[in-house]
Amino acid sequence: MREVTIISGRMNPRIDPHLEIWHWEIPLYLFLGGLAAGILFFAALSFLLNKEDRFSTAVRISPFLAVIAIFIGLAALLLDLNHKAYFWQLYTTIRLESPMSWGAWILMLVTPLSLIWSAIHINSIFPSWEWKGFLKQLEIFFVKYKKWIAWAMLFSSVILGVYTGILFSAFNARPLWNTSILGPLFLVSGLSTGAAMNIILSKDHAEKALFSRIDLGLIGIELFLIVHMFMGFLASTQVQIDAARLFLGGHYTAAFWVLVVGMGLVFPAVLEILEIKKYKIPAAVPATLVLIGGLMLRFIIAYAGQESRWLY
Amino acid sequence: MRYAMAIDTKKCVGCSDCVVACQTENNVPIGYCRDWVVEILDGTYPKLEVEIRSERCCHCENAPCVRCCPTGASHISDGGAVLVKPRKCIGCGACIASCPYDARYPHPDGHVDKCTFCLHRVKEGLQPACVAACPTKCMYFGDLDNPRSDISMVLKNRKWKTLIPEAGTNPQLYFLI
Repeated sequence: MREVTIISGRMNPRIDPHLEIWHWEIPLYLFLGGLAAGILFFAALSFLLNKEDRFSTAVRISPFLAVIAIFIGLAALLLDLNHKAYFWQLYTTIRLESPMSWGAWILMLVTPLSLIWSAIHINSIFPSWEWKGFLKQLEIFFVKYKKWIAWAMLFSSVILGVYTGILFSAFNARPLWNTSILGPLFLVSGLSTGAAMNIILSKDHAEKALFSRIDLGLIGIELFLIVHMFMGFLASTQVQIDAARLFLGGHYTAAFWVLVVGMGLVFPAVLEILEIKKYKIPAAVPATLVLIGGLMLRFIIAYAGQESRWLY
Repeated sequence: MRYAMAIDTKKCVGCSDCVVACQTENNVPIGYCRDWVVEILDGTYPKLEVEIRSERCCHCENAPCVRCCPTGASHISDGGAVLVKPRKCIGCGACIASCPYDARYPHPDGHVDKCTFCLHRVKEGLQPACVAACPTKCMYFGDLDNPRSDISMVLKNRKWKTLIPEAGTNPQLYFLI
């Protein structure tokens, strides 16, 4: 038996009895960041494959939502800071070793790109809108280089998506987060929520069906990555075995397997398969479940990770 | 120069004077602490072993908190001491999450706070507050690059360990066992 007591009574708020430094702001921001990454990725990809007219929602409509998601996410991120008035210090330096730093910088790239993309497609939302004067000149300039913007958006959205996971996985102090699978897992989850948003927003049957199939594939990859994550944990050191146990009998078991894996991945996958088999299922139902599942994934990983720690 | 601290677990009685001395010296806000005392009880009665440790930031050589800080507020200062510049700190909490020892906390003023090895005292030739206050003289502080310093001698002559070396942090807080 081993009993560890802090006899001097360390009770630092938000550190003891276990870490609670990040609340709802960070997982919400990671979800919205992943969602924006997914939407922008599919917008850029569809455009670059010359499918702009076939998948017009993905290219012209959804990116507006990505802009909204990014701005709500940025607001959440700012709310999370304890020293808010100093946030500009993020942009006084580039620290390649710090995921938080290159996340801040990639947002500096993605945010204007998404704004430009939405601005040149504004007629899809407001048909009679006309940019005037200098803005008109800018629009002409950006439309001319739309292909370059799409390429930049494609790459930066992938970096944004991976970063939302790497932000966690860079911390070896929290064994549950310290797995490189989180980067690809959050990226794929972000792409999946992006595809789901396209399904919800699209009014075109062919476009809905295509993104349904894409989403189904992404769900498959996500399940594969989750299985691998647990295999990795269980074959690792005691602290990571303990971290995995939070989800395998510990008090996050029900939340993770029901809300993330069951309702967020398996059930929507089944619905999407039934849809392909020509059963009548409103496409928005599995898509909404995927969105909720993606949000839950971030929340549960964020909270459970703060409870996992080294023993010494 | 490489500052380090050693705590003799055979002499520490767990009185917590080091904790109070630090709170007083460094004006630590009420309810918080930069150092703390841990008692570890191992075994089953009647075969019990007790270890008492005064713990604080390990001023790691490979400090994860410095690595993950997005603004450079967390930095390595004189003698390898890990410090935070409050005016550069945005309070994002990344360093707090990155510390395997949970040695940092969010200061009510917004920035992150932690043990400084009392560099302000050390620069005046004094010992850190915790070391100076220890009634059993179980703590040693000094420069590892000086082979004749107290800390170099005690680490040469005694068996010691560090906390979770497997975390790859190369901690500079030693425990004599």
